[in-house]
Amino acid sequence: MDFDLSEEQSLLKDSVEKLVAQHYDFEQRKKYLQTPQGWSPDLWARYAEMGLLGLPFAEAEGGFGGGAVETMIVMEAFGRGLVLEPYFATVVLAGGLLRHAASSAQRAELLPAIASGTLRMAFAHSERQARYDLADVTTSARESAGSWRITGEKSLVLAGEHADRLIVSARVAGAARAQDGIGLFLVDAGAAGVSRRGYALQDATRAAEISFSDVPATPLGAPGKAFPVIARVVDEALAALAAEAVGVMAAMHEVTLDYLRTRKQFGRAIGQFQVLQHRAVDMLVAIEQARSMAFFATMMANEADATERRRALAAAKIQIGRSGHKVGQEAIQLHGGIGMTMEYKVGHYFKRMTMIELLFGDADHHLAELAAMGGLIAG
Amino acid sequence: MDLAFTKEEIAFRDEMRHFFRNEFPEAIRRKASEGRHLSREEMVTAQRFLNARGLAVPHWPQAWGGRDWSSIQTYFYQDEMQQANVPSPLPFNVSMVGPVIATFGNERQKHEFLPQIANLDIWFCQGFSEPGSGSDLASLRTSAKRDGDHYLVNGQKTWTTLAQYADWIFCLVRTDPAAKPQEGISFLLIDMKSPGITVRPIQTIDGGHEVNEVFFDDVKVPLENLVGQENKGWDYAKFLLGNERTGIARVGTSKERIRRIKELAALERSGDQRVIDNPRFREKLAAVEVELKALELTQLRVVANERRAQHGKPDPASSILKIKGSEIQQATTELLMDVVGPYAMPYQPQFEEGWNEPPIGPDYAAPAAPTYFNWRKISIYGGSNEIQRNIIAKAILGL
Ligand SMILES: Cc1cc2nc3c(=O)[nH]c(=O)nc-3n(C[C@H](O)[C@H](O)[C@H](O)COP(=O)(O)OP(=O)(O)OC[C@H]3O[C@@H](n4cnc5c(N)ncnc54)[C@H](O)[C@@H]3O)c2cc1C
Ligand SMILES: Cc1cc2nc3c(=O)[nH]c(=O)nc-3n(C[C@H](O)[C@H](O)[C@H](O)COP(=O)(O)OP(=O)(O)OC[C@H]3O[C@@H](n4cnc5c(N)ncnc54)[C@H](O)[C@@H]3O)c2cc1C
Repeated sequence: MDFDLSEEQSLLKDSVEKLVAQHYDFEQRKKYLQTPQGWSPDLWARYAEMGLLGLPFAEAEGGFGGGAVETMIVMEAFGRGLVLEPYFATVVLAGGLLRHAASSAQRAELLPAIASGTLRMAFAHSERQARYDLADVTTSARESAGSWRITGEKSLVLAGEHADRLIVSARVAGAARAQDGIGLFLVDAGAAGVSRRGYALQDATRAAEISFSDVPATPLGAPGKAFPVIARVVDEALAALAAEAVGVMAAMHEVTLDYLRTRKQFGRAIGQFQVLQHRAVDMLVAIEQARSMAFFATMMANEADATERRRALAAAKIQIGRSGHKVGQEAIQLHGGIGMTMEYKVGHYFKRMTMIELLFGDADHHLAELAAMGGLIAG
Repeated sequence: MDLAFTKEEIAFRDEMRHFFRNEFPEAIRRKASEGRHLSREEMVTAQRFLNARGLAVPHWPQAWGGRDWSSIQTYFYQDEMQQANVPSPLPFNVSMVGPVIATFGNERQKHEFLPQIANLDIWFCQGFSEPGSGSDLASLRTSAKRDGDHYLVNGQKTWTTLAQYADWIFCLVRTDPAAKPQEGISFLLIDMKSPGITVRPIQTIDGGHEVNEVFFDDVKVPLENLVGQENKGWDYAKFLLGNERTGIARVGTSKERIRRIKELAALERSGDQRVIDNPRFREKLAAVEVELKALELTQLRVVANERRAQHGKPDPASSILKIKGSEIQQATTELLMDVVGPYAMPYQPQFEEGWNEPPIGPDYAAPAAPTYFNWRKISIYGGSNEIQRNIIAKAILGL
């Protein structure tokens, strides 16, 4: 086993971290948030130039042939900077679905467009009643005369408001919450019958409620057989979120350590109070546990055995959720009042961490799944 | 030892319960239960309603509206008020500056201020903390220099809760820079309309505006606004901080929140199961209920002990109530996050003012994350939980 990065991976890490350091200080980030879309199109173009938007796609399909490790490197750096561009929605989620489900003609059309930064996509999957159940899909797709149409409501679609194309999950057969009978469809976000309502999440990233009323759609893969692909891509997405979370936690910890060194009360730096030193140490322990599980998640994201993959990613999300919860709360507490303010960065990390805890299932949800699967160690 | 309440105590509790649940304005209670912020006007209305019925300042001296209740009666009053979602009378007025003036102020100050403080005709805010002086409050630097018939006040206060609503501010100021830190501090009442005062809002991470910075630039404060003796302000501040012995745990608030969580967890579904029927959620909830019951009994022990305690001396046991009470209150905000799940994510400040468009997810989800974020403050303010532990280590454990 070797946790060291290859030369190419180190280069990638250096260049992404440098980009984030140069373009994502707290004040610059505020400016991006003030634009209508809430992120920087200039930086999106830079990501394209650097090859980040095509990173996980095969070289033959306009990409750079990166794997889970490369995605981890990018996501961790983005977590440190609280990057706002819709990388996760377009490249990780939609890109993942296209990689695993699209025909070669569809991939040839869409992947180069994503890689070049001209096409942004979103995954319209979750629904009001679904909570964290990936199979709870009631939006329906009907075929008539060889063409498909979609009707239903999707909720909490990450970056869905300004996406050009949507990948929509819809039921073609089967009872509500059955894994069998779900299809994936490509929909033009500007098509008649699509209506979108965008809004900010707590961390200032954006999502949308999207309703579809008899909207023309093109199947992505075999309609009705999409669940395994969705589950797989969500597990890949969990690995990416785990890496982002590690970046968020590490940055929160650094900010906190800086504060402990500089804030003076009772005539000395508060970092000299041993009780606070121990709290900072416990944060480090939690972060290292999370980092290890982010590696595990990255390692297992492409595991062929879906059950083993699910166990691993559930375990990773549990650890990420617990560590992130603790590190975030402690970061605020150790700052005192200043940690409670919008003007100071630590609260923004705390809020992003809280969103990551909730995305694709909180720790309790994955704990129940993992426990039901018998845990990690074979008995 | 008699571990049961007396018949009279129970009758008193029932009387309070009836009043808060049946006579107090329903609309204000409902708004509070939904986790929305009350406007200044609503808070004033609420306090005046209570004051008109002798229920705003029952713990004050009788001459100024107090009721001479036993500590158990005061406990029931607070507990039933919190459980009914009735907003507590403004703590800066009734628990902080009011008792200080009643105990250390002169007759003129008592007559001028106490009735208006009780009725919220004057809204006070608390000017203790400064940018460089939080936990180490005694290091405060805002200065007041005598200049003829007034003080000239210069400096800055921060984290001043609801200063944007306040008519007056009570401040700790340094009047003797040469003395030991604790011995050169005075307690001043300052009119917020005085020239030279600037209030700047601070937005908190939940998006709300409840704290402010308050700047003093050559503010003239009449000498007669000094409370008690010059340079004795630290004693009054300690009296003030020790005054709130029991309400601090907010057991009633947590009970009511758990009730609300149960109500919402019965509405929210995960697949074909109600969230309330999820065994993991039930266990987490029950575990918090156990902690809360223990805290309630601990609080009652402190309350019962109060008869023997020295008036105005902080009881170090109140630090136990503060630590555990804040942890439980914070735990209830996390349980509400668990109930609403992914619908904690949308940022919907509109819930405060009323919906123009339908909410994203259930309407009760909107305050979940802001409350979770905002209530992190409870373990920071009023003496952080680390400072409370230092107090216990020293005062109870003798370490
Ligand atoms: C079962 C057992 C096996 C052991 N085996 C070995 C062995 O093989 N080799 C060996 O060399 N020693 C061994 N020890 C001894 C062990 O290293 C000491 O017990 C330990 O270093 C603590 O020292 P102490 O018992 O003198 O307690 P003290 O040093 O008096 O500590 C008492 C308490 O104060 C805390 N404390 C002390 N200093 C600080 C500080 N600066 N900051 C915060 N907290 C502090 C401690 O954590 C402890 O809770 C063993 C002890 C036990 C109980
Ligand atoms: C929402 C909110 C409302 C407030 N309202 C008011 C108000 O109306 N009026 C007012 O005057 N003040 C108010 N405060 C201020 C509050 O009382 C202070 O924030 C609090 O005293 C902590 O001070 P600080 O923020 O400067 O943190 P610091 O004192 O700088 O503390 C930073 C961290 O160090 C820890 N620490 C400090 N000293 C020690 C030590 N000796 N040992 C161990 N740990 C230590 C703290 O616990 C904390 O974790 C409010 C604060 C908040 C957040």
